[in-house]
Amino acid sequence: MTFALRLAACLLTLAAMPAFAAWDLPQLMTELARNQGGRALFTERKYIALLDKPVVSSGEMHYRAPDYLEKRTLSPRLELMVLDKDEISLERGKQKITLRLREQPEVLAFVASIRGTLSGNRAALEQNYALHLSGQRDNWTLNLSPSNPRIAELVTRITISGSRQQVRSIEYLQADGDRSVMSIEPVDAR
Amino acid sequence: MTRLSARPVLLWLLGLALCAGVALRAHYTADMSAFLPRSPTPAQQLLVDQLTEGVLSRLLLVGIEGSTPAARAELSRGLARRLEDGGLFLSVRNGDAAILARDRELLFTHRYLLSPSVSPERFTPEGLHAAISESIDLLASPMGMMLKSLLGRDPTGELVELIGSLDTSGSPSSDKGVWVSRDGQRAILMLQTRAAGSDTDAQALAIARIRSDFADLASEAKLSDARMLVSGAAVFAVNSRAAIESEAVRLSTLGTTAVILLLLLIYRSFTAVFLGLLPVASGALAGIAAVALGFGTVHGLTIGFGTTLIGEAVDYSIYYFVQSDDDEDGGWMKRFWPTIRLGVLTSIFGFASLLFSGFPGLAQLGLYSIAGLVTAAMVTRFVLPHLRPARLHIHDIAPIGRALAGFWAWLSRLRLVVPVLGLAAAVILFANKDHVWSSSLSGLSPVSAADQALDQSLRADLGAPNLRYLVVLKAASREAALERAEAVGERLRGLVAEGVLAGFESPARFLPSTATQQARRNALPERDVLARNLQTALADLPLRADRLSAFLDDVDTARSQPLLTPEALRGSTLALAVDSLLLERPQGWTVLIPLRTPDGDAPFQRARLEAALDGSDALFVDIFGESNNLYRTYLDEAILLSLAGILAIIVLMGVVLREPMRLVRVMVPVVTAELIVMAGLVATGHMLTLLHLVGMLLIVAVGTNYALFFNQADRNPGDDPRTLASLLLANLATVIGFGILALSPVPVLQAIGITVGPGAVLTLVLSAMLAHRIDR
Repeated sequence: MTFALRLAACLLTLAAMPAFAAWDLPQLMTELARNQGGRALFTERKYIALLDKPVVSSGEMHYRAPDYLEKRTLSPRLELMVLDKDEISLERGKQKITLRLREQPEVLAFVASIRGTLSGNRAALEQNYALHLSGQRDNWTLNLSPSNPRIAELVTRITISGSRQQVRSIEYLQADGDRSVMSIEPVDAR
Repeated sequence: MTRLSARPVLLWLLGLALCAGVALRAHYTADMSAFLPRSPTPAQQLLVDQLTEGVLSRLLLVGIEGSTPAARAELSRGLARRLEDGGLFLSVRNGDAAILARDRELLFTHRYLLSPSVSPERFTPEGLHAAISESIDLLASPMGMMLKSLLGRDPTGELVELIGSLDTSGSPSSDKGVWVSRDGQRAILMLQTRAAGSDTDAQALAIARIRSDFADLASEAKLSDARMLVSGAAVFAVNSRAAIESEAVRLSTLGTTAVILLLLLIYRSFTAVFLGLLPVASGALAGIAAVALGFGTVHGLTIGFGTTLIGEAVDYSIYYFVQSDDDEDGGWMKRFWPTIRLGVLTSIFGFASLLFSGFPGLAQLGLYSIAGLVTAAMVTRFVLPHLRPARLHIHDIAPIGRALAGFWAWLSRLRLVVPVLGLAAAVILFANKDHVWSSSLSGLSPVSAADQALDQSLRADLGAPNLRYLVVLKAASREAALERAEAVGERLRGLVAEGVLAGFESPARFLPSTATQQARRNALPERDVLARNLQTALADLPLRADRLSAFLDDVDTARSQPLLTPEALRGSTLALAVDSLLLERPQGWTVLIPLRTPDGDAPFQRARLEAALDGSDALFVDIFGESNNLYRTYLDEAILLSLAGILAIIVLMGVVLREPMRLVRVMVPVVTAELIVMAGLVATGHMLTLLHLVGMLLIVAVGTNYALFFNQADRNPGDDPRTLASLLLANLATVIGFGILALSPVPVLQAIGITVGPGAVLTLVLSAMLAHRIDR
């Protein structure tokens, strides 16, 4: 009886193991790291307490592994944001701002959340966030909770979801209760 | 000493006392003043203002290196606190976040007076709708992050309007809350001294204060591995004054010692050596006194130049002692004095040309040399004979002269070499004619290359403004100045829109004229009008009017807000921006509008700018071009003046010597020596500057003496061993005096040294070659 139970437990464990091993954080990271880049359309909604309706913006994104990300907003106003290695630049109308990430630790932390996810760099993510993964390979959700208090002052939680190596949405829940949701639709690479 | 009661001696002593009195009370300087024009054009006046009084002249850049980033940030904050309390600085900036927050608060409180968008139309339903829609759209952008918390109070986005129009590019990087260099290895502070840049003493005090405060902080914090660097125009002025002062003392001491040793060796008489130096000392003192009286201040360079007088004025007493030894009283006076007198006269003619220079540095040198040489000659002629003990005999140096006679005779057989050398030198000069003269002011700068490199790197770290292109306005009052700045700003905005300019700064940005501020304040509607308009404007927007009561409150407050005054800005970074661009001058107010040119290699479209400014009597100034122009003007003028001086010398000698052939024999060695020296300098990679030119005038002054002695009408020095020996001795003294200058690390002194040293030897040798031999 006891033996039978033990055997059953063993079998159960054996049976359960492949299911666990099939989808965990290292695997997600490996899969994400395989994504060499591509183009995508995005729609971003910002829910702001002061406003009755969300502010919606849309445009296209371009990612090239591991550290080039371009976000071109087409509506409501043209805007270009480029993240290239250590530099982030923002162009809107005649204005252009360039920041060096090294000098702006908070901005760097934000950038690390998305760049770390896109490139599957777990170490970079864990510098500032506690990670929690749920879901399956085709429909996963990665929760980032800031471990750095200076980031926690700005953002409570970042939720990234996707399927396989493709990020589908990024949600920022800000400390003041406002939130923004960006949904991403990949455009087939030619 | 005999016959001390003689009148010339008394006069001399009285003169010495007077000169000493003047020299002791004189004001000494080593700043840029020697390089500034005496009668500047308006553009040059601006350059002068900037160099002596302007922001640039008061700006000190401090870099903190070594140790850890956190320690550097802590030192930067500590130093800023101490220096702010010290009272020597108008402003101390290190990028401290608290100060930036204070500035932003000031801008936010006064946004309706400052924002160029404020107009009656802005607050109509249409205007509000457009402005608020824009703000809401901006929320979609990361740029809108800052705006979100302000939306309730500033829905029309005036602060964004204000900050957006600020020059954010090129602002310094920050780390740990303070400014750092691009590579993060250096914490940076930017200081503005209270004292003007031309007040070198006060600047020296301020710099010493920075150093001692830093040393205290570092030792308190036990950070022995932290270093501090200071740069800026004032540091250059203080350092170069110290360098020139110490150099002048060191070189004078060295030169004097060497000449004394030489004279002792030859004369073997302490009395003779002492007496021989009296004309030199008197001349130097008279020179300083003359400059102090003539110019009000004596430049350090002039003093440094004083060492050169040792080499020249000592010649007179050498001629006197050597040639008059064993003479009956009066013999020397009759035979040699006319020759020396002519030599002194030619020197005066040469240096007098410098007096007319628009370059005060050169004019000072001219006056100094004339006063010094005349005094030395007069003392030799009228005072020395009275002071000379009756039984004074110097060691007979005729044997040296006799030993040289053969060599001299041999030299004169080589006379055909002279034209060959002259021709070769002329060819070298002609082949290099485009780079004989240095065309930039930097050739004259007493600042070492290392100091300049440090300044460049600190400036680059800070993204300190490149003030090359400026628009300058003048007005009678501050208000008028601000109004005109606004009018010109309107014209410039057109050029910015067209891409001719990347941007510009204006004092009216943070301190609009009263008229403009009043117009903006009057544009603000009453509370219920605004509330009504807002209701209409928000009809199709996702923002409800009841969330904007803070906006209504703020506009209401702004309607009765006092206008922004310079006093209200006091203590903020904004005040510094205004003060540095709006200057009060005795003759009125001056506005500086620095222009930023577009990035890239496209040449600046100066014509477009001048067309846009046409009719506004605003002046466009290219500072870099202006300072080089200024220098070129000096150089061209100095070359012309020197040529005029040489021409005057030729005429003078033509009149005195009366024989064309003697004139040729006197002038050819001098001119040939000049050509060879110039060619030599050019061939060894030197670019000639104003100071080389001064050196060449000195060659004329010294060299004509030799040439004249070799070409006395009745005799040949080759036949008179004593004259020959005196010439050789005088030449040695000159070469020692200038040879020592050539070793100086101060470029301006070195330039004179390497010109005159070889020039003096060459003139003597060439004169000997061409001397007319009276064969008997």
